[in-house]
Amino acid sequence: MSTKILTQHFNEPKLHELATYRKLGGYKGLEKALKMKPAEIAAEVAKSNLRGLGGAGFPVGGKWSTMPPADKAPERYVVANYDESEPGCFKDRVLGERAPHQIIEGLLIAAHAVSAEWAFIFIRGEYGIPFKILEKAIAEADEAGLTGKVRVRLMRGAGAYICGLDTALLETMEGKKAWPRQPPPFPTVVGLMGQPTVVNNVETLAMLPHIIVNGGDWFAKLGVLPNPEKKLPGSGGTAVYSVSGDVEKPGVYEFAMGAPLRAIIDAAGGVRGGRKVKAVIPGGASTPPLSASELDTPMDFDSLRSVGSFLGAGGVIVLDETRDMSEVAHNIERFLAHESCGQCTPCREGSEWTTRILGRMLEGKGTSGDLPNLQRIGENITGKVICALGDTVGMVTRGFMKKFPDDFKSKVPA
Amino acid sequence: MSESKTVKFKLNGREVEAPEGRLLIDAAKDAGVEIPHYCYHPALGNPGNCRLCVVEVQGAPKPLVSCRTFVKEGMVVASDSPAAMRAQQSSLELHLVNHPLDCPVCDQSGECGLQDYYMEIGRYESQVREDKLHKGKRIEAGPHVMLDQERCILCTRCTRFVDEVTKTHELGIFGRGHGQYIDLVPGKTLDNPYSGNVVDICPVGALTEKDFRYKVRVWYLDETDSVCPGCSRGCSTSVHTNTERPWHNDGRRVARIKPRHNPEVNGWWICDDGRFGYDSLDHDRLGRVMRLKDQRRELSWTEAFEEIASALASRSAGKGAGGLVVIASGMLSNEDWAAFKVLFVDTLGVKHFVFGPEPDQLGEEDELLRKREKVPNLKGGQAQGFGTEIPSASWDSLAKDIEAGKVWGLYVVERDLTKVWGQRTADLLSKLGLVIFQGPNKTATGDLAHYRLPATAYVEEEGHFTNFGGTVQAYKKALEPLGSAKPDWAIFHGLAEHLAGDRREEAVA
Repeated sequence: MSTKILTQHFNEPKLHELATYRKLGGYKGLEKALKMKPAEIAAEVAKSNLRGLGGAGFPVGGKWSTMPPADKAPERYVVANYDESEPGCFKDRVLGERAPHQIIEGLLIAAHAVSAEWAFIFIRGEYGIPFKILEKAIAEADEAGLTGKVRVRLMRGAGAYICGLDTALLETMEGKKAWPRQPPPFPTVVGLMGQPTVVNNVETLAMLPHIIVNGGDWFAKLGVLPNPEKKLPGSGGTAVYSVSGDVEKPGVYEFAMGAPLRAIIDAAGGVRGGRKVKAVIPGGASTPPLSASELDTPMDFDSLRSVGSFLGAGGVIVLDETRDMSEVAHNIERFLAHESCGQCTPCREGSEWTTRILGRMLEGKGTSGDLPNLQRIGENITGKVICALGDTVGMVTRGFMKKFPDDFKSKVPA
Repeated sequence: MSESKTVKFKLNGREVEAPEGRLLIDAAKDAGVEIPHYCYHPALGNPGNCRLCVVEVQGAPKPLVSCRTFVKEGMVVASDSPAAMRAQQSSLELHLVNHPLDCPVCDQSGECGLQDYYMEIGRYESQVREDKLHKGKRIEAGPHVMLDQERCILCTRCTRFVDEVTKTHELGIFGRGHGQYIDLVPGKTLDNPYSGNVVDICPVGALTEKDFRYKVRVWYLDETDSVCPGCSRGCSTSVHTNTERPWHNDGRRVARIKPRHNPEVNGWWICDDGRFGYDSLDHDRLGRVMRLKDQRRELSWTEAFEEIASALASRSAGKGAGGLVVIASGMLSNEDWAAFKVLFVDTLGVKHFVFGPEPDQLGEEDELLRKREKVPNLKGGQAQGFGTEIPSASWDSLAKDIEAGKVWGLYVVERDLTKVWGQRTADLLSKLGLVIFQGPNKTATGDLAHYRLPATAYVEEEGHFTNFGGTVQAYKKALEPLGSAKPDWAIFHGLAEHLAGDRREEAVA
């Protein structure tokens, strides 16, 4: 059984309208939050063990607590990261289209929690429909007096994958080329226009009303509790998965943290055409794949790390037995090379080089040195770059080569 | 940090000290360890994009870029460990994946960051089987600079220079990922007064000087510490000369001028006027001692000194020293000024001097380096009393005095009067019985003189300039004098000696 928080009312028609949302208990969280002190909200969120659902999985309470106090830095911002661009991820799109007020309510709670008077939603340029829906929802909330003293502004991206990375997003918001910054300092200290800024993914923010209404403990218990013995932080609540690829019913499915991968695939109707699973990319195209033998892996941040992958943004891509993993790797590397911002050398050059080697192998022109070279190039990129995109560039091909060596060996002379 | 604390850390197994908060890459350099780098430049910040300066820091989960890591007490750093070397080498390899192999025709060859580091930390066998990506090769960025986008490694030093130093924003980064390239911002050309500096800071051959392209290989050049004479800033420079291969560089001896880092005077930069204004060092030079009037012929220095000394002495005695006017400028070195004073003030008792920079030696000024006075050493003159006790006469009053017949002689040092008086010059000079011109270059004034004495250019002598702020800097001799040219001070000294000799003879008689 899937546990639903964000998607519980998704069958309700006109959920995107304020009246429907309020009828179903919407904005109760904000109402309650406004009666709380900012520190109390932060404490509740810290207790909930909510982790960032945009990909990094950073504890939300922890992130907020790194902001300097409001009296020392009164100008501060909250930014909702709605730049969902990861191949295989479309849950944020659905969340915004179906329940835009859930995001706005979460954003307002976050603004209150960190005492920010400006709240921005940065939305991917290609997301035209969610943009229009959100634009209308913000106007509705404004008109109903729900935004209070917080000014909510919607900002549209110009179509670059890298803008999903918080510091690149802040750069592009400032009108600059979206080149990631190199923390420290982190955005919570030096963010938008040099001011303390909290950047949270929209799904993460949408969780906040529910945490405030039902309490942090309730949320934490829904998910995976911390394991102090193994020094694992756990992850509270649920995650919304975008399930795509070779499944019967691709779509958005919500599960409690720690649900087995198999359950998610089953919910999506299983593998298309009754074929067998060959690989599953668990968190979106940039996360290393799992093999068919790893389908019982619990889906949460810590468990996926332990098997060498990431929960990422929950973009589950199922690949059946007919797929060639070297083609999949080539496809993803080509995407990453296209989207590499080009700031740092290993990612800029390495993504393109990797893509061209894989492309040549797929044309039947592989050489005996290609596989060790791909392995070496990957090792030389990951951990030696500015941002997570670069780390990914070095991980993807190595991840597929490790789990599916035959698909690669068949492309080079024996 | 007003009071900086000293911290101890370990670098490549050695105990090293550095001020707290110093960048690791700088602290290492202080300790004599140069960590390879491209994007970092002390004057342009540390974007950390080249990823070449990676080092291993004990306790850090991954290699760190030393240009963005601060030294801490007890830190254990290795820039030469196998892991650090591998990380540096891999970054270099990735820089070279699409770098064209046109070293044989690239002017950067011999002083290229890619070549140097390949020999230092690379020396691997290339694994690149793919074709190189192609971008723009011969782009005229501005009047002085050529851009080759293929050679560019996108370190962004040049864009940071035009954004942060000149604030003129002519260059930008366009495109994304591996298709990214440096280019001119639409509607702009790289024509700011400091544009040449982008060539120096470019660690590869992407930005080259138009003047220097295909002229001479850098390994044939000799470098001499010098001081730019282009204005009263007196930027520290290095004069690069080509004498080993005289048939290269179109026969010119001076191949290029580069800034020399001097935090007290010019920092890292020089302006384009100073950098490219060396044409006069090899062109239109005076090499022979000439008597131009009353039987034109070449003289030996001894003949010239005798003739001029006797002419000066006899006219001074007959018509008075007040009728001799000396025109000089801040082009003279401190040594020249001293000899100048001995000759004209102490020996000849001259009363009227013109040496102020107005109007022909003034030019544009800005907040970065360029000063309004386009001569290097007015301060050195002031130290000898010129401009302090001794005022500079005005050009107008001098012209009037000449018209009125109050002047019998002019001694002109390195200055072209036609730039002041225009077409009147010939007429005015024709009223004088004795005009002596001394300088390194041909000028209209020199052609109108009775005697024309060849002086060395600053690169052919050594001396000192005192800049507007009072900083005294030495410039060294880079080249042998052309023809019979002598330093200005030697000419003044020779004349003074002959005049003193004449007086001794008079005394004996």
